[in-house]
Amino acid sequence: MSTGRTLFDKVWDAHVVRKIEQGPDVLFIDRHLVHEVTSPVAFLGMKKRNKKVLYPERTFATADHNTPTRNQHLPVKDPLSANQLRALEENAKEHGIPYWGLGHKKNGIVHVIGPENGITLPGVTVVCGDSHTSTHGAFGAIAFGIGTSEVEMVLSTQCIMQPKPKRMRITIDGQLNKAVTPKDVALYIISQLTTSGATGYFVEYAGEVFSNMSMEGRMTVCNLSIEMGARGGMVAPDRKTFEYIKGREYTPKGEAWEKAMDYWSTLYSDENAQFDKEVVFDGSTIEPMITYGTNPGMGIGISSGIPTAESLDGGVATYRKSLEYMDFKEGEAMLGKKIDFVFLGSCTNGRIEDFRAFAEVVKGRKKADHVTAWLVPGSHQVEEAIKKEGILEILEKAGFELREPGCSACLAMNDDKIPAGKYAVSTSNRNFEGRQGPGARTLLASPLVAAAAAVTGRVTDPRELMELETA
Amino acid sequence: MAYDKFDVLTSTAVPLPIENVDTDQIIPARFLKATERKGFGDNLFRDWRYHTDNTPKEHFVLNNPIYGGKILVGGKNFGSGSSREHAAWAIYDYGFRCVVSSFFADIFRNNCLNIGVLPVQVSPAFLQRIFEEIEKDPKAAFTVELQKQTITIEATGEKEEFEINSYKKENMLNGYDDIDYLISMKDEIKAFESGLPL
Repeated sequence: MSTGRTLFDKVWDAHVVRKIEQGPDVLFIDRHLVHEVTSPVAFLGMKKRNKKVLYPERTFATADHNTPTRNQHLPVKDPLSANQLRALEENAKEHGIPYWGLGHKKNGIVHVIGPENGITLPGVTVVCGDSHTSTHGAFGAIAFGIGTSEVEMVLSTQCIMQPKPKRMRITIDGQLNKAVTPKDVALYIISQLTTSGATGYFVEYAGEVFSNMSMEGRMTVCNLSIEMGARGGMVAPDRKTFEYIKGREYTPKGEAWEKAMDYWSTLYSDENAQFDKEVVFDGSTIEPMITYGTNPGMGIGISSGIPTAESLDGGVATYRKSLEYMDFKEGEAMLGKKIDFVFLGSCTNGRIEDFRAFAEVVKGRKKADHVTAWLVPGSHQVEEAIKKEGILEILEKAGFELREPGCSACLAMNDDKIPAGKYAVSTSNRNFEGRQGPGARTLLASPLVAAAAAVTGRVTDPRELMELETA
Repeated sequence: MAYDKFDVLTSTAVPLPIENVDTDQIIPARFLKATERKGFGDNLFRDWRYHTDNTPKEHFVLNNPIYGGKILVGGKNFGSGSSREHAAWAIYDYGFRCVVSSFFADIFRNNCLNIGVLPVQVSPAFLQRIFEEIEKDPKAAFTVELQKQTITIEATGEKEEFEINSYKKENMLNGYDDIDYLISMKDEIKAFESGLPL
């Protein structure tokens, strides 16, 4: 019996330039996204070797990680950040790479602008010196994060050396409950698999939950693949995918589109394809999620309590260290906990759909007085849509203001730092110690949960507020 | 960037028996603003090592003079999270040449191999034995032999084999990096590119 091939196999194998015996594959990279933080040392390495970028037309640069989210028209105050931004601009110029810096209308978070501009396409390979590159897998691309040495490899040779990961399929069927968003689906999966449960694997998401999901939602789920240890995650392209990409700036057009469609129509896992691991969940059992600890695997349904040490399968010392950092006690309820900050944004939840969801909850309500809220669109295009759709008006009426695009408080490289000891409900991707600022305490959640927290000042089940509306 | 060859390393080790040590702990994002690869060792484990007023946290292992050496031993799922190679640079720059754990995150492992830090993955039981030996004697020595792919507890002779693919092993033994290899394939890569659909 012949064995079918997975979606992942089809795309990977189509990009192998050379197989090294007992070693990695030499993999061709179609699209290379570059930002200011992980690229300068790579460009420096090229200078030392006297190398130029091999395919500048396959390379795209933007500034996002350490940029301010206010007054972007003014010079960047932090001299170190300004220096990194200047280095990227100069390097891009020297090597003929398109550079969408601060103030450019295409500027934004690297994983938001790739899809927006049609750089991200089905069946391509995408890398970036950033672990959340997995986002682009939503289009049926193989996309993953790399280190700076690898950035240099791709700049110089458009190739990377990688052992081929194993294949995992996560299938979720069933109807999602009210107020359960793609973020909740992802946090649920990570809570079940742990942060290392998919290490060594490339994940394909399958089942009706993902086929019913919007492209934005698929991006959120694929984005968080790295948080379960996977190198990346992907969804087979379908009609929704093609509709999303059609007509975007870098999407092929005319005859080239037809030719691409011939390739794209082969991109699915064959019926008898073999996966190294299969995981199945029931979508109807998922509720809005929130994290209580210091890694994204420490998530629970919002109405349940923090697990007790006894209920854990090992790792008790690490669990206790984590609760001590958060100043939480085992067994406590999450609902009702007072919070200080709300962060809506990041490559995980900084797209238009996320702002629509947030606005749905805060509409006609007021931001809680003691809450500081940072609402940061993923790109200027998202910012434009927020204005055009009337969302900005809703947000402003509720006492919120919109900042300018960037990674912002997700990793707090700029001034957007949560102060030590404060609690932040964040739509971003990591609740590690100090991730959002030294001593900051992060509760990861969906835009709906973040909105409910922003108006009540406490961890609140968004269904309570949404039910009031329908009643 | 080429690095020193790795062959046999005998050293004491620094224990960090914590699981899921993420790269934000190894080097926090606010220290990623350099445009050159230098000075990262000073900020290795910055927020575990120093108070906010920059005075050392006495209980943290790197601040305890009893411990030292070129081997860092961490709990399972070491190096998870952000892809920042700066984490591997900080470890190398601080003076470590080898990290031992029962499980490594993928990107961190790759980054280490690319810059000359050897990731040695051992069984959970052997990791436990290493921690016990260091607890018994902070000056306990361990030997990592890359050619034989073994790690040995010197005091007892207990030994375990570890895996590394033969291509990467050859690179580490010789101090080669992947970039030179890829550059030598330029014509093959260009021919491949011309046949791609997108």
